[in-house]
Amino acid sequence: MGAALFGGALIGLAAAGLLVLTGKTAGVSGIVDGVLRGERGEWGWKAAFLLGLVSGGLLLAWRDPTALASAAPRTWPWVIAGGLLVGFGARLGGGCTSGHGVCGVGRGSLRGIVGTTLFIASGALTVLVLRRLA
Amino acid sequence: MKVAVAFACGVLFAVGLGLSGMLQPAKVLGFLDFFGAWDPTLLFVMCGAIPVYLLAWAARRGRPTVWGSPVPARSNHVLDARLFAGASLFGVGWAFAGVCPGPAVTNLAAPSAFTLSVLASILAGVALSSLVRPRAR
Repeated sequence: MGAALFGGALIGLAAAGLLVLTGKTAGVSGIVDGVLRGERGEWGWKAAFLLGLVSGGLLLAWRDPTALASAAPRTWPWVIAGGLLVGFGARLGGGCTSGHGVCGVGRGSLRGIVGTTLFIASGALTVLVLRRLA
Repeated sequence: MKVAVAFACGVLFAVGLGLSGMLQPAKVLGFLDFFGAWDPTLLFVMCGAIPVYLLAWAARRGRPTVWGSPVPARSNHVLDARLFAGASLFGVGWAFAGVCPGPAVTNLAAPSAFTLSVLASILAGVALSSLVRPRAR
């Protein structure tokens, strides 16, 4: 619990730093989208942020490799379908866990609050249904 | 300089994800398992992150920044069909794979068949979304 709060505070600090120093929102799906599209004028900082994520991952891999994911939680069809829905849904809804969940909620945005509530609810419902099917 | 700030924020963000346990799909699926063995970890992560962000935004909203555009003064309150459809689909996918975009990119530091295929499918999903989105934002 302490680690989760502390890790969360670092996430908030990183997103807040980007906001107050550059005016940008740390929404990872939007950043990924901008990099994929080669978004003019925004590409540099967005690519740098993603490179930072991977570099942070390398730091973790060096200090505490157990922090990183290894095994798939479900079989391949679920993983692939899940990834497609995550990418597609995040862009359609204009945000993911970071953009809606941290930055949107953190700005008191009704859109962020509703989006976050909705994806947690639909995720919980999906886990429930999958467990019933298993 | 903006690029350097973005890089540093990305590093810090990834370390936060790792320390909080959010890079593990099992933690995410445990949080979504409200009607089973519920794991509240992600709730604590949000309780750590949101107040920090809220304070920073409240202190600086509408103010200029050193290395970019001003901090947005207003937040987005628009509720539309895209939000409802997109967030619902996102939740389903999140429960299938146990991964969202931030952890997917961070986990590239530990390449495995799982981390690579989930990232590739997220990228494909993002690319496909351009089919149903207006071009300019």
